[in-house]
Amino acid sequence: MSEWDRLSLDKSARLSRVAHLKGGKQVAHHQVRDLLHGVLESGDRVCLEGNNQKQADFLARALASLDPGFIHGLHMVQSVLALPEHLDVFELGIASRLDFSFSGSQARRLAQLLGAGRLRIGAIHTYLELYARYFIDLTPRVSLVCAQAADADGNLYTGSNTEDTPVVVEATAFRNGIVIAQVNEVLPRLPRVDIPGDWIDFVVTSPTPYYIEPLFTRNPAHISEIDILMAMLTIKGIYAPYEIDRLNHGIGFNTAAIELLLPTYAAALGLKGKICRHWALNPHPALIPAIEAGFVESVHSFGAELGMERYIRARPDVFFTGNDGGMRSNRAYSQMAGHYACDLFIGSTLQIDLDGNSSTATSGRIAGFGGAPNMGADARGRRHATEAWLKAGREAGKTNGMPRGRKLVVQMVETFREHMTPIFVERLDAWDLAERAGFALPPVMIYGDDLTHIVTEEGIANLLLCRSREEREQAIRGVAGFTPVGLGRDRGAVENLRDRGIICRPEDLGIGRREATRELLAARSMKDLVRASGGLYEPPTRFRSW
Amino acid sequence: METLYYDYRGGVAPCPAKCWVLVGVLGSGNLEVLVESAPELAGSFAVEVVTSATGFGRIWQAVLDDVWTRWLLADVRVCINDCGATPSVVALRIDQALEEFTT
Repeated sequence: MSEWDRLSLDKSARLSRVAHLKGGKQVAHHQVRDLLHGVLESGDRVCLEGNNQKQADFLARALASLDPGFIHGLHMVQSVLALPEHLDVFELGIASRLDFSFSGSQARRLAQLLGAGRLRIGAIHTYLELYARYFIDLTPRVSLVCAQAADADGNLYTGSNTEDTPVVVEATAFRNGIVIAQVNEVLPRLPRVDIPGDWIDFVVTSPTPYYIEPLFTRNPAHISEIDILMAMLTIKGIYAPYEIDRLNHGIGFNTAAIELLLPTYAAALGLKGKICRHWALNPHPALIPAIEAGFVESVHSFGAELGMERYIRARPDVFFTGNDGGMRSNRAYSQMAGHYACDLFIGSTLQIDLDGNSSTATSGRIAGFGGAPNMGADARGRRHATEAWLKAGREAGKTNGMPRGRKLVVQMVETFREHMTPIFVERLDAWDLAERAGFALPPVMIYGDDLTHIVTEEGIANLLLCRSREEREQAIRGVAGFTPVGLGRDRGAVENLRDRGIICRPEDLGIGRREATRELLAARSMKDLVRASGGLYEPPTRFRSW
Repeated sequence: METLYYDYRGGVAPCPAKCWVLVGVLGSGNLEVLVESAPELAGSFAVEVVTSATGFGRIWQAVLDDVWTRWLLADVRVCINDCGATPSVVALRIDQALEEFTT
């Protein structure tokens, strides 16, 4: 007779091995190694909650302290590799396979460990793509997650940094997996319940609060005149004509400049109430002046941002908040919102090739892309129309009589980055990286056929209007400045593209380069942001000069 | 450190508002630009670049060719102290300096 409940029998067997450790759902922090040794088996698929911001750091240290003779060959499935311990497990032989999305600060070491044969990478996913696989073929057997607080029943309060926790727990708990949560404290009564207690098997109170990174704070003092020029070009040359009302921004200083020009430059152009009302965005401090000026109606967030808690509580009409008054973020839902319900994504990259493909994977770094590929891709399943989406679709042509829109996907880059490294290249480093690592695909962040506009200090290239691969190439060269790719332009062809409005220079839009001064920024310092928030925004110490 | 010299001919001498103008600050990723009236140049537009980044002569040439076609000046000396500014920042600072110098 066949068995239909092997997963639940296996779970019961694992739980019985550690029954002696448990008092209710709680396990003492000094017993966490015994707990992990008890519930884990070699070769298990494990999600160690690594988010963009919130990190299950205590459980990460515990996992990295296990005996590789006893537990080895784990298959890690987690969105972000942020802590050294996330890679220590591979170096020590505790884990050997990895499927992930983003590895920002660990990108170099990840490339080294891969080169040394310490792990195999299944794929570099987008966030949504990895979460999707949690429910299909990469369901975790054991998940180690992170919350602000728990109660005696194991209910979890994640506070404003909910991030990945719901999607990780749901996939694991409903397939008879085991969920262990580290919490900062156990309370008799939680401010609100973010994760129901019967989805959680164990709660461990961490001896120290979890680590959290302020990733989305951009000090306005570091915004350059070139950032401001590009922001003016974007507002007047893209946001105004397409009436961009629902959007997502990347995290660079240039998109922060757009946010800080809304109450000044965009307002002077009469755009208030016409653009930028609805956002899928982390709570960027740089958005405070636009919110205070009444530009912004709603913001749904992937995660939170340190220091923004009190401000968000005081602006519940703008942000998504719970009955407790605090924000609830959710990376899976916000990624979905950014993909399907936004008309524009704008961000930066490290390399763009002649077809408009872009990548942040450069020589010796396997960085991944997180959410950018889902934000920065046309949503082919989209069926609702907006004027921005329809206009982009009309410009793209090729409808064969069937009207269809396009998402606007914009790359905003200064043509050179630090150390005079050109952004525009003939060939992406991603090709060499894929060859060396044995990837099936070069790690491309945004494919050229999804990219609709490039903004540089030289102007805007509208790739929707290009009718051949040669035209696209010249449009890209035509805004590539003094990089070798830019210097290699056919000047006649570029002037022709300019006559046809495919390339727009600042002067074509009535923007004088020297008008781009820091005077235009609604806030020019961290102190200005605090002032704009009425003292509600509390920047982390490292951003304070006072 | 590298020092580069460029010389352009065929421009028109401006009626400068000031004898000299200094724009920008010498900090990482930035540069300072000194523009001065120089009748002794006998009709040329002379640029001296002192830069912390070596090996970018071709890019400086391209940036300055571009500045030259925008301004077409004579009897003007431009001295640049560069600390690794990008070409867009360089072009912006020179334009700022020349504008202040000529108006």
